[in-house]
Amino acid sequence: MNFEIILHAGIATGSVLLFAAIGEILTERSGILNLGVEGMMLLGAMAGFGTSLATNSAWLGVAVAVLAGGLLSLAHGLVTIHFQADQVVSGLSLTFLGTGLALVLGEGLTGQTPPLLLDYNIPVLQSIPFLGPALFQDHGLLVYAGYLLTPFTWFYIQKTRPGMHLRAVGEKPAAADTLGVNVYGLRYLYVFVGGCLAGLSGALISLSVSPGWYSSQTTSGQGWIAIALVIFAQWNPFRAALGGYLFGMLRRLILDLQGPRLLFGLVNPLYVNSNYSFFLIMTPYILTIIALIFGSRAIAKKRAGSPSALGIPYIRGERGQ
Amino acid sequence: MSKSSQENWLPKLIDTALPVFATAAALLVGAIMLLLLKVNPVEAYKAMWDGAFGSQNALAETLVKATPLLLVGLGICISFRGDVINIGGEGQMIVGAILGTLVGLTLVDWPGWAVIPIAVVAGFIGGAIWGGIPGALKAYFNVNEILSTVMMNAIAVQLMNFLLRGPMIDPSQAALASKIPQTARLLEAFRLPRWVPTRLHLGALIAVVLAVLVYFLLWRTTWGYRIRAVGQNPDASRYAGVKVKNYIVLALVLSGAFAGLAGVMQVYGVNYRMITDGSASGFTGSAGFNGIVAALFGQLHPIGTIPASILFGALLVGANKMQRVVQVPSALITALNGLVVVFVVSSEIWRRRRQKRRMAVAVSEVEGQPPEGYPPDPDHQPEVPA
Repeated sequence: MNFEIILHAGIATGSVLLFAAIGEILTERSGILNLGVEGMMLLGAMAGFGTSLATNSAWLGVAVAVLAGGLLSLAHGLVTIHFQADQVVSGLSLTFLGTGLALVLGEGLTGQTPPLLLDYNIPVLQSIPFLGPALFQDHGLLVYAGYLLTPFTWFYIQKTRPGMHLRAVGEKPAAADTLGVNVYGLRYLYVFVGGCLAGLSGALISLSVSPGWYSSQTTSGQGWIAIALVIFAQWNPFRAALGGYLFGMLRRLILDLQGPRLLFGLVNPLYVNSNYSFFLIMTPYILTIIALIFGSRAIAKKRAGSPSALGIPYIRGERGQ
Repeated sequence: MSKSSQENWLPKLIDTALPVFATAAALLVGAIMLLLLKVNPVEAYKAMWDGAFGSQNALAETLVKATPLLLVGLGICISFRGDVINIGGEGQMIVGAILGTLVGLTLVDWPGWAVIPIAVVAGFIGGAIWGGIPGALKAYFNVNEILSTVMMNAIAVQLMNFLLRGPMIDPSQAALASKIPQTARLLEAFRLPRWVPTRLHLGALIAVVLAVLVYFLLWRTTWGYRIRAVGQNPDASRYAGVKVKNYIVLALVLSGAFAGLAGVMQVYGVNYRMITDGSASGFTGSAGFNGIVAALFGQLHPIGTIPASILFGALLVGANKMQRVVQVPSALITALNGLVVVFVVSSEIWRRRRQKRRMAVAVSEVEGQPPEGYPPDPDHQPEVPA
């Protein structure tokens, strides 16, 4: 158990959650709740892996994964924005649709070895003592992109004109509409962007972080954890990044706990009886629930955080928007 | 009212037929997907039909598959009516089955007529606990129940994996090197009666009876009325003196309990033991999720959920046959299920629009009559809660 290794691995696995969570933050900020993240991620993981195998280009795989996630999310957009259907139900069925498509199209991909995304070192920054090797060495370019995406998304949402429109559409769509903001168009856009990022995070899993296609175990519920992370982060990209990386580190720590025979000078029960490791596997999910408890309390206290129009279809000309 | 109900038979018929159109549309999209996979869709769908309804045994298998869907779906009717979204059917089935199986493996000296009811109650309680935890978290800590129930699923799976490899493992397997993670088989006296030679068991009948009971619960009892009232307007319910938090917990407890029942029925009616392949669907066959689909398709009405579960049971059984005949992964059905729901919820918009138009006409005909669903229509179907 080396903290540096845990930090390094946590940054990599955390990036998966980071991309999906930031995508969901953008979608939810526009007032649309998309519960289909798991399905979009799985489809992205399959599309990225399969494309890389077929074309021998991992980056083409990433591009196709992004597109696959985005296209699937547009189905959710059509159903919830155009047909004003229930967003929870539509999001759930998107999970079914994405999972089913991924499993059908991914048949036979297990065990294949396509070209994967390469790891790089960042010059200069990698020589920072302690943090350098963990944060700037042997990571994929997408992980580094995650460092930039977080502040960029925050700046975009809080400080730019299109970001203000995004918030307006999610908080008071009728008011935004009155001022000439295209509510429907923007909601479609951010549903699409959210889907693209979910697809990207799927490809990040299957082509870089834990390469391979293991049918529905590829994502193993990380899409749901990403949605939980959005609530925990109170729709703030920085908190989402922090939560994602912390979560990634915990996952690694859990793996490492099974190794040593002695733990803090005591006999490691996990080493003696490997059955107890099932309790370790459930820990991330228990921690997610605990994180939700704290996140939800903070939101209830502040009476803010959640976009006011989240989950409510906007119908032009109707009262009470 | 009688006049308008006579005049409006056509829209009503269309409303009822909407799910049928939705299914047809989903199957059409499925046909396109099959074509893209270079499979003859006619051949594939024929295999599906044969697999689901082609013989006495096929029909029985369809009903066997439909039973857990119906039981989970009944719970979904209760929770969704209360504006509580329960995605935790998988975990609740598992925990219900664990408790139910423990009863059967412990009370080996007891007669079957005593053990089966105790096991059923144990499963009911197990599911209720696993649903009650997210319920309490939602009511008292404001925790989103969609996410907490999903997490509870993952926790239940690992709990099952631990128990079936550890304390609950079949003693004969524990002695072997292979150590297949499964419990011992239930005694023959403890198994639900079957309609030989098929696997159709008494659980199917129990589920149908329970559907009627859930209908009574929701529309003929105070509890049910309050669950629905809380679902439609929690603020109004609170002002009327309903303890909203308690009914949120109750909705999830009952919802989980029915899923727990589904788990017990799988053990006592079909498998006679618990066995795990490490995933939830290895035990549940994804009934915890597909039950949601069935309930939504049945318009969240317990009676409507009966034919809906048979339809999805048929799709699932048929998909297995399709996989054997034309080599298309049966996961195609997962995608189709998603599509069916997408089409059903999308088509709701026409019903809502027509309802609005009807309301406007009624108001202009009778000046001064209060609009917006007054007097309350007993058959009124509320929208799926957000």
